[in-house]
Amino acid sequence: MKMKKILVMAASMIMCGAMFAGCGTTETSDSGSNSKSESKSSSSDLIKVGIINNDPNESGYRTANVNDLKATFTKENGYDASFAYSLKNEEQINYAQKFIQDEVDYLLLSAADTAGWDSVLKDAQAAGVRVILFDRTIDADESLYEASIVSDMDKEGEQAVDWLKTQNLETYDIIHLQGVMGSAAQKGRSGALNDTAKELKWNIVAQQTAEWNAEKAQQIVQSVIDSEKKFNVIYAENDDMAKGAVAALDRANISHGVGKDVVVIGFDCNKWALEELKAGNWNYDGQCNPFQSSYIVDIIDKLEKGEKLDNKTVVMEEKGFDAKTITDDDVSRYGI
Amino acid sequence: MSSGNNNAGTGSFLSGILRNQIFIPIAALLILAVFNFIVDPSFFKITLGHNSNGDPVLSGQLISIIDYGSELAILAIGMTLVTAASRGQDISVGAVIAISGSVVLRVLCGTNSRPDELQAPIIVAFLISCLVAMAFGAFNGALVSIFKIQPMVATLILFTAGRSIAAWINNNELPVVNDETFTYFGSYIPGIPIPTPFFIAIACFIITWLALKFTNLGLYVQSVGINEKTSRLNGLNPALIKFVTYIILGLCVAVAGFIKVSRLSTINYSVVAKDIEMDAILAVALGGNSLSGGKFNISASILGAYVIQFLTTTLYKFQVQSDALPAYKAVVVIALVILSAPVVREKITAAFRKLRSSANAESQS
Repeated sequence: MKMKKILVMAASMIMCGAMFAGCGTTETSDSGSNSKSESKSSSSDLIKVGIINNDPNESGYRTANVNDLKATFTKENGYDASFAYSLKNEEQINYAQKFIQDEVDYLLLSAADTAGWDSVLKDAQAAGVRVILFDRTIDADESLYEASIVSDMDKEGEQAVDWLKTQNLETYDIIHLQGVMGSAAQKGRSGALNDTAKELKWNIVAQQTAEWNAEKAQQIVQSVIDSEKKFNVIYAENDDMAKGAVAALDRANISHGVGKDVVVIGFDCNKWALEELKAGNWNYDGQCNPFQSSYIVDIIDKLEKGEKLDNKTVVMEEKGFDAKTITDDDVSRYGI
Repeated sequence: MSSGNNNAGTGSFLSGILRNQIFIPIAALLILAVFNFIVDPSFFKITLGHNSNGDPVLSGQLISIIDYGSELAILAIGMTLVTAASRGQDISVGAVIAISGSVVLRVLCGTNSRPDELQAPIIVAFLISCLVAMAFGAFNGALVSIFKIQPMVATLILFTAGRSIAAWINNNELPVVNDETFTYFGSYIPGIPIPTPFFIAIACFIITWLALKFTNLGLYVQSVGINEKTSRLNGLNPALIKFVTYIILGLCVAVAGFIKVSRLSTINYSVVAKDIEMDAILAVALGGNSLSGGKFNISASILGAYVIQFLTTTLYKFQVQSDALPAYKAVVVIALVILSAPVVREKITAAFRKLRSSANAESQS
């Protein structure tokens, strides 16, 4: 009987351990405690930042984002940085409270959810911690944070649709593959296409969500092909879905890319996607800029000098690449 | 008198079918097929064309169904055994697909995420991924059989942690394989116009069928699922049998994962095979198998898997509005599940019996 109890205990401990590992918190608590002990010994002229981000495994975009921040906020560059990752809002708020207690100078935040941040940001303000939002916005009063660095998803969509307009195709029969419904990227990128399609009477052959998933995109496009509907544009709201769509086109022997039957549009500028673009298999890829650290450093420098920021909301510059004009340099510099 | 006998014969034949497990998925399939036939007969059109490599391929909605439904069918085999033996379901299959798929790519690509040529033969990569997936299956199996944790709770661990492990295997990179032979397993072998995943699913089915026919595995699994204590008293080792079913599921997962990575020659661990565990469990339920263990019918589960794909393809075909898609699916699922509930089936059988007896009475009078 005792044996059984011990076994159950052991099992539940394994479970708890595995769960925490799953949430990616172990690394955080390690680095958190490390930085605490280090910061006591290190000189005080380092700027102390606490960075709260979403899980780096969430997507290629996030991985690039995390790597960019890690490469910038180093000891060599004069920062003492601690990182915390979670996809859950409550956990992120806990980390924020911990960072405030650790007396960081700056709190950099990419919030998992827009709601629930008021009280913790008020605590930060009271403790003299300056907050900079990046990538995601939150529903809180503007006075509670110094700056917000965002991608303009609407603009990303508009850029792509404007490019599509300039192609002057004889007809526009579009398959529209949407991301997870309700996400900011989906809303922005769908919105631009919907508006223009209505305005210019473009024909949307199919409009469905493939939930950022290549394989679902492949099935949706396959289904359109099987129903023998005509189309000449694929507007996929990320690279994965564009890849899935292209797989379906290849299977049905429909040519795609520069000067071919079907125009392929993707988003996010993954490196492999830009390579496809360079090879002329796709036509256009819109950037969603994950390299926010230079903007953040800029703002911190200004704040350290006591300058005032012109604008609380900083919209990042984002490019769109055309297969005809993309260079090898673009591929290596902007590919994520 | 003879006519009465005939009536009784057809009646019992009908109720026999109704009581047979495989009736539910077949009925569901027929309903979907008839619906599609009425609304748009071109659904069943199959054409022979060529892909961009110039190889002959069949295409059409039906081909898409047997193609994309195959991974689910393979998973349904393992899930049926796990359900029957351990009276619970494994919800980590999607995450383990991400892991085994990542292993395939890791072995093929080596340290470079975009190699020009393969670093290892495909078969080696596949076998290693099988071992890894079976190891994770063994982990789940051990928690369930030795530590007696509820299957859904035990597999929740890998459900949450699995995709992070998959990311770690490839250092958060998304490797791409540029090798033509690797794509054969997820699309077409040159010269054969039927999608390869369907052949793989058939092979898995035949292997399982032979294993169940020539070994006592099926019998043991059922007896453990029906009553663990009596099977132990009869000399079986319930823990071992449950453990084995999880390892078999691990193997099924590896095969499904291999097809998934082959389809696109890459993997996105955060979305690959997302929510497939729910579809796999639904396939088992649609197959008329009791989700609380015991008797099972593998063929019915496989048919159930293809029914789910049939439904998905139908919904895509009719361009159901994106945000409403899950709702439509839910309605159909509710209808199917209610139809397959034992209570309802008994009622239907009873109704048929009544019909038969009244017919008998008429013929006698």
